[in-house]
Amino acid sequence: MQRASDPRITAGIAALAAITLLIGGAFAGMLIEGAHDFSGAWAAFDPYLLRVVRFTLWQAVLSTLLSVVPALFVARALSRHPRFFGRAFILQLFAVPLALPAIVAALGILALYGRAGYFSGLFSIAGGQGWPGIYGLSGILVAHVFFNLPLGVRLFLEALQTIQADQWRLASQLGMGARPAFRLIEWPVLRAALPGVAGLVFMLCITSFTIVLTLGGGPAATTLEVGIYQALRFDFDPARAVALTLLQIALTFVVVLALMRLGANVVGDANLPVAPRRHLRVSGSEATLNAVLIVLALLFVAGPMAATVTAGLGADLGRLAGETAVRQATLTSAALAFLSALLSVMLSLALTMARRALALSRRTGPKTLLEHATDTGAGFVLVVPPIVIGAGWFLLLRHAGDVFAIAPVMVATVNAIMAMPFALRAVRSAYDAASERHERLCAQLGISGWARLWLIDWPSLRRPLATAFAFAMALSLGDLGVIALFGSDSVQTLPYLLLARMGSYRTQDAAGLALLLGVVCLALVLAADRLGRGMVVRD
Amino acid sequence: MTDRAIGGKGAPVQLDKVSFSYDETPLAFDVAFAAARITAIMGPSGSGKSTLLNLIAGFETPRAGRVLIGGADVGGEPPAARPVSMVFQENNLFAHLRVEQNVGLGRSPSLHLTKTDHSAVAEALKRTGLAGKEKRLPRELSGGERQRVALARVLVRDRPVLLLDEPFASLGPALRDDMLDLVSGLHAERGMTVLFVTHQPEDARRIAQNVVFLDNGTVAATGTADDFFTGSGPPAFRRYIGASALSRDVARKRT
Repeated sequence: MQRASDPRITAGIAALAAITLLIGGAFAGMLIEGAHDFSGAWAAFDPYLLRVVRFTLWQAVLSTLLSVVPALFVARALSRHPRFFGRAFILQLFAVPLALPAIVAALGILALYGRAGYFSGLFSIAGGQGWPGIYGLSGILVAHVFFNLPLGVRLFLEALQTIQADQWRLASQLGMGARPAFRLIEWPVLRAALPGVAGLVFMLCITSFTIVLTLGGGPAATTLEVGIYQALRFDFDPARAVALTLLQIALTFVVVLALMRLGANVVGDANLPVAPRRHLRVSGSEATLNAVLIVLALLFVAGPMAATVTAGLGADLGRLAGETAVRQATLTSAALAFLSALLSVMLSLALTMARRALALSRRTGPKTLLEHATDTGAGFVLVVPPIVIGAGWFLLLRHAGDVFAIAPVMVATVNAIMAMPFALRAVRSAYDAASERHERLCAQLGISGWARLWLIDWPSLRRPLATAFAFAMALSLGDLGVIALFGSDSVQTLPYLLLARMGSYRTQDAAGLALLLGVVCLALVLAADRLGRGMVVRD
Repeated sequence: MTDRAIGGKGAPVQLDKVSFSYDETPLAFDVAFAAARITAIMGPSGSGKSTLLNLIAGFETPRAGRVLIGGADVGGEPPAARPVSMVFQENNLFAHLRVEQNVGLGRSPSLHLTKTDHSAVAEALKRTGLAGKEKRLPRELSGGERQRVALARVLVRDRPVLLLDEPFASLGPALRDDMLDLVSGLHAERGMTVLFVTHQPEDARRIAQNVVFLDNGTVAATGTADDFFTGSGPPAFRRYIGASALSRDVARKRT
C-alpha cells in the first residue's frame, strides 16, 4: 500500500520508459519505412542479401571455433600451473582486449600483419611473393580471435577454478596422470562452461561492426551490420537497410534466446581468478607443451597491442595534438562519453533501486512483470545492436530534417544503453547489500526520497557508481557504431576521425590517434577495476 | 506531531485478531499490552516474537485483523508515521554517519536540525552515557555503545511505544545488565510502553512487569512477571525454561 508510492519505483519506471522510447523509436522508424516502401523492402531480399547472411554466419562460426578451442587448452595450461612468474601479468593482459576499442585493435592488427605491416617483409619472403595484407576474412578472423581468445581463456579458467582442491588431492593420491585428470576432472567442468562461452563469442562475432568495417575490405566480406551502414551511408537504399536490420534482429534474437537457455553470462566479463593452492605434479613434457601454448597465446594477444604502441609512437604526435580537427574530436568524444556514462549510471541506478523496492514490497509470491522488466529487461538491450537502433532512428528522422544534427543525442543515448549491462552489474550488488542493512531503519525513521539517496545510499554507492561510470565512459569513448551512421564533418568523435584518416590512407595519423584512444580507454577501465576492487562493505 | 503530544505517557498496544503468514507458517495474535509497562515477550525460536514486533512497527502487514496503538488503528500507516520506536539486534546505525548524526535522524529524516533538536541530541547522548563521543563513527564504538546510540535516538524521537528486538543479545552478561538498567531507567523517566523480546529469563526477571509467552505462532500465556517466575506460571512456559536449563546440563556433561 504505502510502498506503491515509493519514489524508487517511479524512477525505475521512468528509466524503463526512456529505454523503451529509444528502442521503440528505432522500430517505429523501420516499420514506417517498411510500410512506406513495402515492395522495395521485400525486393531487397535478393541473392546479395543471402550472401551477406551467409558470410555473417560463416565468419562468426569460424571466429568462434578459432577462439574457443585454443582457449580451452590455454586455460587448462594456465590452470595446471597455478604459480609461475608472470602469470598474473598474463591474466591482466588478457583482460585488456575487453577494454580496447575495436578500431584500435584493428589498427594494431594492420600495423602488424597489414600490407605495410611489421611482418609483411617476413611474410613476403616466406610466401615468395608480395604480401597482400590481411584484409578480408583472414583479417576479421584474426581480430575476432584477438578479442575472444583471451575472453574465452578467462572464462574457462574461472570455470576450472571451481574444481575443489579436494578433487585435486584425490587425483594426485590416486596417481592420475594429465590425460585421465583432463578426461575425468577438467573436461566435465569445461564442457559445462563450453556452450555458454561459445554462445557468447558467437553473439559478439555476429554483431561485430567495427572489425568487419575496417578489416573486411570489400563487398565480398560484408556482414549484416556493415551492410546496414553501407545501405544508409553510401547506397542510400532505405528499403535494403530495413531488410538487413530485420534479419539482424531476428538473428541476434535467436542467438540470445539460445544463450539464455544455456544460462550464459551475457555480459562476459570474467573475474580475475585467484589460483587456489593445489597439489599438482606436472610432468616435464606436459610442462613444455603448456609453456609453448601459453607463450603462443601471449604473443598473439600482445602482438597487436605492442604494434599499436610502436606505430602510435612513430606518428607525429606533436602535430596531431596541434590539429584543430583532433582537438575538436577529442573534446566531442570526451563530452559525449561523459554524458553517455552519466546517463548509463543514472538509468542503471534507477532500475536497481526499483527492482529492490519491488522485491521488498513483494516478499513472497511470483515477480510482477514490472519487476521482471527492471531485473532482466536491461539484458534484452543486447538483442538490439547499436547499429540497428541507429539505423531505425536514421530512417525515422530523415524525413524530419537534418539527420546529422541529432548525432550527439544518438551517440550519447545509444552508448549509455549499451553500457547498462555492465553498469548494472557494478551497482546492483552494492545497492542490494546496503539496502539489506538500511531498509528497516530508513522505514522506521521515515528517511526516503532525496534525503535517503543523499544521506544513506550515496556513501555506499559512490565507489560502485564510479566503477560503472568509468567503464561506461570507456565503452562509449571507443565506440564506432552509431557515430559511423550519424557522424559528419560537424560532429566527429575520435573513432570517427580515426576511421576517416584510415580511409584517406593517413595511416600514421590513424596510428597516433589509436594510441591516444587506447591509452585513455585502458586508463578508464583500470580505474574502474581499481575502484571496484576497493569496495568493502563496512559496518 | 501527535505522538509528541502523547509523549511521556505510554500508549496501550493491541493486536485485534491479527493473522499473518510468512513462508507458509501461519501466525495469529490476539493480545493486548498494558500502557506504560515493560512486557517481556518470550518463546522458542520461530514462535513469532520478532514478527509480532514487526507487525506493530509496520514492517509487516497483517493478512487480517487490526493493530491498535493508543486505541487508534495504525494498520494503514507506514512505519515512520506510527507512534513507535524500534531497536533491532544489529544494524541500528548507519555506518558512515557520526554518532550525533545517527541520533539526529530521529528528529529529522533529512537531518535538517534546529537548535532545539541539537540540544535534544546532546541531552540524549549525555543521558545514555555517550557524552564526548558525538563525532565518532559507529565502527569506533563498542557493541554496547552502538546500542546506546540507538537508545539515544529513541529518546529524541520520544514515541509512546518502544519495541526492543533482542537488542542486547550479542553483549556479555555484565554489559547486558547495564543496558537493561538503562532501559529501565529511561522507562521510569518517560513512562513509555516497552515490548521487549528476549531469550534470557533473567533479563525478563530483571526489568519486566509483564510476560507474554508465545508458542507455535500464537500467544500461549500472559501474566505478570512475578507469576511467571515464581513457579506458578503456565506449564508450557515452565517446560520452555526447564527444557533449556536441562539441555544446558546435558551439554555440560558431554564436554
